[in-house]
Amino acid sequence: MRVALQLTGLTRRFAATTAVDRLSLDVASGEIFALVGPDGAGKTTLMRLLCGALAADEGGALVDGIDVISQAERVQSAIGYMPQRFSLYPDLSVMENLRFYGTIFGISRSDFEARARSLLVDFALADFADRLAEALSGGMKQKLALACTLIHRPSTILLDEPTAGVDPVSRREFWRLLYGINRSGTTIFVSTPYMDEAERATRVAFMTDGKIVSVGTPAELKAALHGEVVEVRCSRYRDARRALHGIPSVRSVEMFGDALHVLVDSAETSISDFRRQLQAIGIEDGAFRSVPPSLEDAFVAKLSA
Amino acid sequence: MNWRRAWTIARKEYTQFFRDKRTVAATMLLPLIQVVLYGYLSSDVRYQPTVVWDLSRSAESRHLIEAFTNSQYFSMKYRAQSMGGVVRRIADGQALAGIVIPPNYASLLHQGKTPQVMVAVDASDATAARTSLSVAQAIGASVSVGIQRKAAIERGIPIPKVGVDVRARAWYNTALRQEVFIVPGVLALVMQFTMTFLSMSTIVRERELGTLEQLVVSPIRSSELMLGKMLPLMTIGYINVTAILLMAVLWFGVPVAGSVLLLYFTVLVFFFTTLGTGILVSTVAKTYIQAIQLIQFFLMPSMLLSGFIFPVDAMPVPLQALSYLVPLTYFLVIVRGIIIKGIGVEYLWPQITLLAALGLGVFIFAVTRFQKRID
Repeated sequence: MRVALQLTGLTRRFAATTAVDRLSLDVASGEIFALVGPDGAGKTTLMRLLCGALAADEGGALVDGIDVISQAERVQSAIGYMPQRFSLYPDLSVMENLRFYGTIFGISRSDFEARARSLLVDFALADFADRLAEALSGGMKQKLALACTLIHRPSTILLDEPTAGVDPVSRREFWRLLYGINRSGTTIFVSTPYMDEAERATRVAFMTDGKIVSVGTPAELKAALHGEVVEVRCSRYRDARRALHGIPSVRSVEMFGDALHVLVDSAETSISDFRRQLQAIGIEDGAFRSVPPSLEDAFVAKLSA
Repeated sequence: MNWRRAWTIARKEYTQFFRDKRTVAATMLLPLIQVVLYGYLSSDVRYQPTVVWDLSRSAESRHLIEAFTNSQYFSMKYRAQSMGGVVRRIADGQALAGIVIPPNYASLLHQGKTPQVMVAVDASDATAARTSLSVAQAIGASVSVGIQRKAAIERGIPIPKVGVDVRARAWYNTALRQEVFIVPGVLALVMQFTMTFLSMSTIVRERELGTLEQLVVSPIRSSELMLGKMLPLMTIGYINVTAILLMAVLWFGVPVAGSVLLLYFTVLVFFFTTLGTGILVSTVAKTYIQAIQLIQFFLMPSMLLSGFIFPVDAMPVPLQALSYLVPLTYFLVIVRGIIIKGIGVEYLWPQITLLAALGLGVFIFAVTRFQKRID
């Protein structure tokens, strides 16, 4: 297994808080590695450390075997980084943005023409080549940012919440593009607030308070969840949630879409308890069923553990 | 140094600048508007509206009033019939000066005595008032000499000799035109203002847009980024200088007495201080608003201390010392020296050297402070 990213004891502090706390992690070449965690977990700081935009306080990181601390510029030529905020020039056209980053990353003129054309066609942006970036829709802006990130054929790309605030259709299209890029051999290190996106990754890391609390394939992470999940549908969610929390065998109760997910050791033995507890506070319409745990269940269980 | 990367930045800056019509208009027109406004507003305290209360109503008093009118500093706009009338005109601002000639003016003159004439000036604006007062004194003196000569001739006695004959000559700006002094100053001021502002905003804007983060993680070097940002700004600066000079010559008739080439070279030297200051501010400020607030702390005092309005030699010593830390001070001396006096490197080398030293200092400090990092 070739290693694309290798982090050893990577640490970064801001005043009193430690945004990234002695983090060690290996990401294999060719993976789609998803980083999941609540806001403020340190995901963006980690991304910025990996591309040399921030200096580490302790520890180190190798990207494709190159040391980020001592050879930031070489790393920067080899990777692509897409910041969380749309950060292209709104007053330049799609083509001008691409050409700008192409030249900054030192690709030759002839190489650029071919590369830009194939990216524009693959990303369905060819018809908008002369449109100013500010006139693009949210989804198209993200695609243009991704195209600029890829213009110099990086071996690894770091994407910081690339689909935050993008509509579901554009999100799906964006992920289709990511799969295509990954198939052609590019390692993808992506942070996301969306669990359904993390499910599509080769491996997932849960990050909270600057630490990675668990790493594995989505299946492994779900399997590692000790316990079973009961989905509860009823009226008066807030009261129901409080009541269920009072049962000793219940480990956590979380809102999950329009239902409650209750984590227990055994679903079968718990359901009758649940019904009784809810009836005691006057909720008669409770519907209970055992469901396979999702990645979010696994994540919540890990956080509340 | 990768020239292709630096040039890419420069080309992007040109494209963005010329695409933003409002900035183009502001950058190109504001300097010219400043030249026109300063050029006209700075004109002398001539033709001050004046109210006259002539109680003498004689040929002699008319002669005195004519002398005031002929000086071109006073314009006899109002006649008053009482002291109250004089005071009212000055109080409500219609007149800036008042002349009161006593009823016995002519008769005292005929008796060989000295009549007293009152000239009152609204001294709210001290500078203008000082000019009017000294002009009034001079008119009084010259009218007196005329009367004495006339009297001597009439009586057939020898004309009294004047003690000292002071022959005052105005050099360089021989016509004493205020705009000749002000317009070159405006050139320096505009260079200072526009260049500092543009260099500051070109970086702060990228930080606000988030594009700086994208540049920080690219292989571009700080030096390439700086050079690429500065080239277009210098072009704009030279366009401004040229426009102002054309305006000075063609509109105000203020010719460039010295070497235009030397002037353009010293403008280049001055770029380093202005662009350096702009970059320095952009390394401190996080947002555009912050940057604008910060830059005021530099632009405002440096304009006041530079000698643009108040001569440095007339300042209290501590302020004088401070003014020697302001690059604009040297640049003003240089620009005025070249345009008005027509002097060259043989006189201006100390200022040019100090300006270059200050500029390099600020610039190198700013560029080293500009780290290729986000924090």
